[in-house]
Amino acid sequence: MSAMYRRIFQVVLCALTVDSAHAAALEVSVQIPQLSVAEYHRPYVAMWIERPDRSVVANLAVWYQQKRGGGSAEAAGAGAPEGGTKWLPDLRQWWRRSGRALALPVDGVTGATRPVGTHVLRFVQGHPPLGELTPGRYRLLVEAVREEGGREVLELPFEWPVAAPTELKVDGQSELDSVKLSLAP
Amino acid sequence: MNAKTICVAVLATLLLAPGVHAHKRWFEPSKTVLNVGQWVTVDAASSTDPFIRDHNALPLDNLVVTGPDGNAVTPVNLFKGRLRSSFDLELVQAGTYRIAWVNEGITAVWEENGQRRVWPPRGTPFTPEGFGREVPANADKLRVIQMLGRLETFVTAGKPNDIALKPVGRGLELQPITGFNDLYVGEPATFRLLLDGKPAVDLEVVVIADGIRYRNSVDEIRAKTDEHGRFTLDWPKPGFYWLSATVTDDRGTPPATERRVNYAAVVEVLTP
Repeated sequence: MSAMYRRIFQVVLCALTVDSAHAAALEVSVQIPQLSVAEYHRPYVAMWIERPDRSVVANLAVWYQQKRGGGSAEAAGAGAPEGGTKWLPDLRQWWRRSGRALALPVDGVTGATRPVGTHVLRFVQGHPPLGELTPGRYRLLVEAVREEGGREVLELPFEWPVAAPTELKVDGQSELDSVKLSLAP
Repeated sequence: MNAKTICVAVLATLLLAPGVHAHKRWFEPSKTVLNVGQWVTVDAASSTDPFIRDHNALPLDNLVVTGPDGNAVTPVNLFKGRLRSSFDLELVQAGTYRIAWVNEGITAVWEENGQRRVWPPRGTPFTPEGFGREVPANADKLRVIQMLGRLETFVTAGKPNDIALKPVGRGLELQPITGFNDLYVGEPATFRLLLDGKPAVDLEVVVIADGIRYRNSVDEIRAKTDEHGRFTLDWPKPGFYWLSATVTDDRGTPPATERRVNYAAVVEVLTP
């Protein structure tokens, strides 16, 4: 690569970074609680944004057990049908609102289950998976369901865009601790 | 699993006064909202209270399963026990599956020398020739009754669709306005009943929730269809529900002079 091309590349990269840092964004912080249970399995978690009529604007993240070995069902062996997508309908609201119509996996949305702790995800206006969120009223939904455990759905209504940085919070009772939504103008 | 059992069931229902059913036929699927590639197992029986396995298994000869593309799906692992039958379905295709148990028959009832006569006898199918031969043309108090019964349940793998739900156009059928596999407590559901493919107007629908053993009354919910055959239900709690309706009319296929049409459906209601 010539020096000139390298320079152009650096400028473009810099511009992209600046743009994304200043663009309107929303940050979701999800706390997966520590539970003292005999048999613990990480929860399946889905988070998405709905319109007031409950139609889905964007799926932000879906965490579920990936097939063992990460390969085909054959490679994963006898336990394979238990992993993957079999239990996704248990994320009942998400399944109903959009999951059942999706071809999985979805790049940048679906991923492996996460451990106990706080997980922060940032979504930038105009970029997938959020896309271009038009001004209006929305709801962030976070649903968690755990094998040998229960199910919990939390909702955070919000207006978009915001004039000043805004933080919203809702506390779960069983499968989720607090869920925070930080909105940046 | 034979025609005999069906005829006994038909006969038992026939000999009772209209509106009185000794036994309700029901299906109970393991789940109704599933993903593609999963299996579902369905129990089938008849009993005084739906979902209680304490009377008879349902014969599975007249099971009709329609897949999301409208083609027949073959259930596997058919089993008939004493108190219930069961079968499995692999949900290979995405969409809604219609699981039906269809039962038809004609029976003649008359009196001869003060004795009640019934034809055809148990285990024998109705034939026009047999009817001409066995039933006197001037039989006393002759009633020729046609039975049209349909029991259904619905399961969906992935995204629901309605190809399997296209009306057959014969007897009573249920049509979704609210999806059959989209039922939640707190959300009223509206369905439509059709009789011979047309709205079944001003018809009473009886609804019974599962778990009867754990309450002291059946707590039937009653609804009535409007001029479009529609009715709306509010689900008091999650679980399986048995819906049924019966029509008696004179639109039987000759030589039948009366027709008794039964319909029952089982749906599952979830928590939102």
